[in-house]
Amino acid sequence: MQSLSNRKKVLEQKPMNFWERMYLPAIGRGLAITIRHFFKPKVTYKYPEEQRPYSKNFRGMHSLKRDEEGRERCTACGLCALSCPAEAITMISAERQKGEENLYREEKYAAVYEINMLRCIFCGLCEEACPKEAIFLDGSHVPPEQLRKDFIYGKDKLVEPRFDYK
Amino acid sequence: MAEDVKFKVSIDGIPVEVAPGTTILNAARRIGGDIVPPAMCYYSKLQGSGGKCRTCLVKVTKGSEKDPRPMPKLVASCRTTVMDGMEVQNITSPEVIEARKGVVEMLLINHPLDCPICDQAGECHLQDLGYEHGLADTRYEFERRTFDRIDIGDKVQLHMTRCILCYRCVFVADQLTTKRVHGVLGRGDAAEISTYIEKAIDNEFSGNVIDVCPVGALTDKTFRFKNRVWFTKPVEAHRDCPSCSGKVTLWYKGDEVLRVTARKDEYGEVEDFICNTCRFDKKATSDWVIEGPRQVKRTSVISLNHYENPNPPAVIKKNLALQEANKEQFERMKQLL
Repeated sequence: MQSLSNRKKVLEQKPMNFWERMYLPAIGRGLAITIRHFFKPKVTYKYPEEQRPYSKNFRGMHSLKRDEEGRERCTACGLCALSCPAEAITMISAERQKGEENLYREEKYAAVYEINMLRCIFCGLCEEACPKEAIFLDGSHVPPEQLRKDFIYGKDKLVEPRFDYK
Repeated sequence: MAEDVKFKVSIDGIPVEVAPGTTILNAARRIGGDIVPPAMCYYSKLQGSGGKCRTCLVKVTKGSEKDPRPMPKLVASCRTTVMDGMEVQNITSPEVIEARKGVVEMLLINHPLDCPICDQAGECHLQDLGYEHGLADTRYEFERRTFDRIDIGDKVQLHMTRCILCYRCVFVADQLTTKRVHGVLGRGDAAEISTYIEKAIDNEFSGNVIDVCPVGALTDKTFRFKNRVWFTKPVEAHRDCPSCSGKVTLWYKGDEVLRVTARKDEYGEVEDFICNTCRFDKKATSDWVIEGPRQVKRTSVISLNHYENPNPPAVIKKNLALQEANKEQFERMKQLL
């Protein structure tokens, strides 16, 4: 049958000559390749002692940011939850009361903000959708847990710690 | 003039026959689709509305059959009535598009752009308009005018900073209620909607100012910050109401009715004004007869993340033998939860 692609190669099997039948030169060549790798830089990391640096655009755990005065930036506008393809984000908003101006930046804030890390696919769309630059996926991996409920991260785990802002 | 006289008008090349006295905007709405000019202040249910926001500007390229000269300037289509043989350009005219862009920019000059906080976001006409016709950023460098929040009664809240002065709410108060207690004070840049000395509106139909407001200036205090519009699920319902038609849209979140509004048509205008009892006091499913889910345009953000369930969930028969056999497994699952 004629080949359709005209790229078919017909191999003919020749009998091996003397050197080939000896196998020794082939073994030597193979060992040479192996030994050459002893002198090449290593590509592996010895994990627990040595950790591989994350890529610059690595997307890990979320964190909810604070502004330069230490107030929470999130206003619970719901755009992150809207853009989330995995529907991992839920929130309940509340109105800022008098005297809480140093806690929340806008008059509305997220009283409850939960991300289900098992649902999250770390696509970063929430980060892209956020109009207040409040959410960033700048953490590391999500640590393993025993129970499913522990993967639902609330504000206690998401909001970045408050530093001493002057 | 005989009553069956019809004027032939063409809007963006699409011919339509309308009765004399119809405005260009309403003639365009008879055709429907993309060629309908947007309107922020005109409201077909309110007499005398329109002519204030200038978003509905169109170009009249031929005045009429008798006088074919074009109109020298762009005209507000909500206030200009048609003539026989008139030819109008809306989206086919680059001049109109350019003018509308300018109008949107002017409307947004004093707008605070606090959409992440605003309860109207998602069903705001100014948002849609800005998205379709506006620039992506602002060229305005000065302080925007700001006002304090005003409570109009205990159910309606006025955010004057968001107002675009369309006067719709003033017309509602004039035409639906016997005694108007709020209006526009000041002129020009200083104009603001206000009640004198923050006097309460205690009329039974005062809640309709929320529905007619094209932006988030007048909002429902009972819905304030409860949820975003696009996370709630609209359901048509009615009830036997002694004072109004009782036909409403309920906005559900789970089993809870977060808000009750009048039913709005494709131009965002209510079909029937509803009374305050229906709007603010009847927030239990048992008060209403549910008609079914509201049809939301696929392009609307409200339709997002709403899944219709075409098939009822399967009824699973309990298999006692199987449950007994897997008892240990079930208990382990319970522990995990």
